[in-house]
Amino acid sequence: MANYDFPQDLRYSREDEWVRTEGERVTIGVTDYAQQQLGDIVFVELPEVGRTFEKGEPFGVIESVKAVSDLFAPISGEVKEINPALAEAPESVNEDCYGEGWMIVIVPADSTEVSALLDAGAYAQHVESRTD
Amino acid sequence: MTRNASTGIAYEEDLLFEHSRPGRVGFALPARDVPEVDAGALLGADAVRDDLPGLPELSEVDVVRHFTRMSTWNAAVDLALYPLGSCTMKYNPKINERMARLPGFAAAHPLADPARCQGLLELMVRLEEGLCEVSGMDHVSLQPAAGAQGELAGVMMIRALHEARGERRRVVLVPDSAHGTNPASAALNGFDVVSVPSGDDGILHPEAVEAVMTDEVAALMVTNPNTLGLFERHIGAICEIVHARGGLVYLDGANLNALLGVARPGDMGVDVMHFNLHKTFSTPHGGGGPGSGPVGIKAALAPHLPVPVVRRDDDGSYRLDSDLPGSIGRLHGSHGNAGMLVRAFTYLRSLGAEGIRRCGEMAVLNANYLRVRLSDHYHVPYDGMVMHECVFSDKHLADTGVTTMDVAKRLIDHGYHPPTIYFPLIVPGALMIEPTESESLEGLDRFADTLIEIAQEARDDPETVRSAPHRTRHRRLDETRAARKPVLRWQPDPAS
Repeated sequence: MANYDFPQDLRYSREDEWVRTEGERVTIGVTDYAQQQLGDIVFVELPEVGRTFEKGEPFGVIESVKAVSDLFAPISGEVKEINPALAEAPESVNEDCYGEGWMIVIVPADSTEVSALLDAGAYAQHVESRTD
Repeated sequence: MTRNASTGIAYEEDLLFEHSRPGRVGFALPARDVPEVDAGALLGADAVRDDLPGLPELSEVDVVRHFTRMSTWNAAVDLALYPLGSCTMKYNPKINERMARLPGFAAAHPLADPARCQGLLELMVRLEEGLCEVSGMDHVSLQPAAGAQGELAGVMMIRALHEARGERRRVVLVPDSAHGTNPASAALNGFDVVSVPSGDDGILHPEAVEAVMTDEVAALMVTNPNTLGLFERHIGAICEIVHARGGLVYLDGANLNALLGVARPGDMGVDVMHFNLHKTFSTPHGGGGPGSGPVGIKAALAPHLPVPVVRRDDDGSYRLDSDLPGSIGRLHGSHGNAGMLVRAFTYLRSLGAEGIRRCGEMAVLNANYLRVRLSDHYHVPYDGMVMHECVFSDKHLADTGVTTMDVAKRLIDHGYHPPTIYFPLIVPGALMIEPTESESLEGLDRFADTLIEIAQEARDDPETVRSAPHRTRHRRLDETRAARKPVLRWQPDPAS
């Protein structure tokens, strides 16, 4: 299996998003596995601040030289902030997917949805099961 | 040994703007023989510009050389095998061109009185009948200009039929292996798209459809054979599940080549489908177009066909009928891309029923031959018999650092257009190869040998593959930078 970085302090969705909880705010991005699979990211489309999403609903679009994919909300909630830098520098998602490459901040509608997500170990297994 | 590519005269070519010289022209207008009018007075001063638009000024030689030089840069099916999966880049027989140039077809005008173009209208009706016979559908409209418009028309008719029945259904089901146009056609018609997962064997299973099938579902859009080149074996049962809840089944006909003369979507339970004449029926594809994407339907949808419909009257004459109150409307300024209809009809008639069947059989045989010859060298994610195309992946090359993209670029050095890559999305590193029936055994072997050589080279000399192409006019382009920072001007912005 190739080398992927899945930080222990994050939670993960099966659709390859990560979430970081800081009080009321949950930051969301795509995982190292996702960015490696997609290859060079050339465009990220994010929602407007104030929109609400149900868990599993597409909240944006990510485009690489290989493919265009939907971004799926790993939890339900209202968008409080988006990463404006991605419009000019989508390469941040490749270079620093857990830092500069973050996508949106959501205030969760139901905080139990976060704890239902995968931890780093379970997500690594999920990735491995797909790359067999 | 016959080699597929060598070097020869290779021209560089500037932009037409760079050739431009003030005052140079390639034509002479005849002397004016009508009174001069004041355009400003006629159209209003604000509709008349003061300056010229900055178009290049060129002689005829400049223009002819420019386009002829660029034409020598083309990869084309007239030069070599063109294995672009899901695109069916088959050879386009030259008799098609000859027929399309007959003056009665080539010079027909879309606004001409139908009485003056009976031959073309007859050809359209007979092509519709031919497509019905091949597909098992009841009616065909030849209007859509390409596959995506055929899909759009099909989904519009589906929506119209549900609305006519007083039903408001909001969901369209699309398998996860689908072409991207399927969800786009559904979304353009205001439907929500729900993805249906394929099974581990790469095909759709009745249980997966059952699990998401509700009374809200307007249609299931399915491609058969699917984009993995696999026949959807459960299509009959799947159609029954969808029909039982009042839904319709749409078939994306992109891969119809595999079924020609052997199986008919209409018999499988499909209600609506489109054809790609530029794939399956040998009209030009990929730059040579235009495309043509007729849409076929079962009788229940006939009130919603696009207008005008070409009708044959009892006396054997043909007319255009726009009196169809339930119609989804007109899709094309003319009656479809008529020149393509002539070519497709020529193809159907020159092959005949037996020839059409042999096309389907040879397309399937050729794809399976490549699958077997290459399976030791490239990973086959879904093993077993395929239909008209075969999906490989770069998994066997993982330890070399060579990816699907590199293999595709290296093929260019050997004179082949690359296959479809990184699609379908459910296969990481996909290489999707469709040889079509056009290739001889020797041609297939030459292509397979090349791919095997590249796989070996990936082990012996990975850097050469990773930095391909080497023999092209330009080396590997920075596709990422071109997408991230597109420069769409031919000269720098004077303001910057």
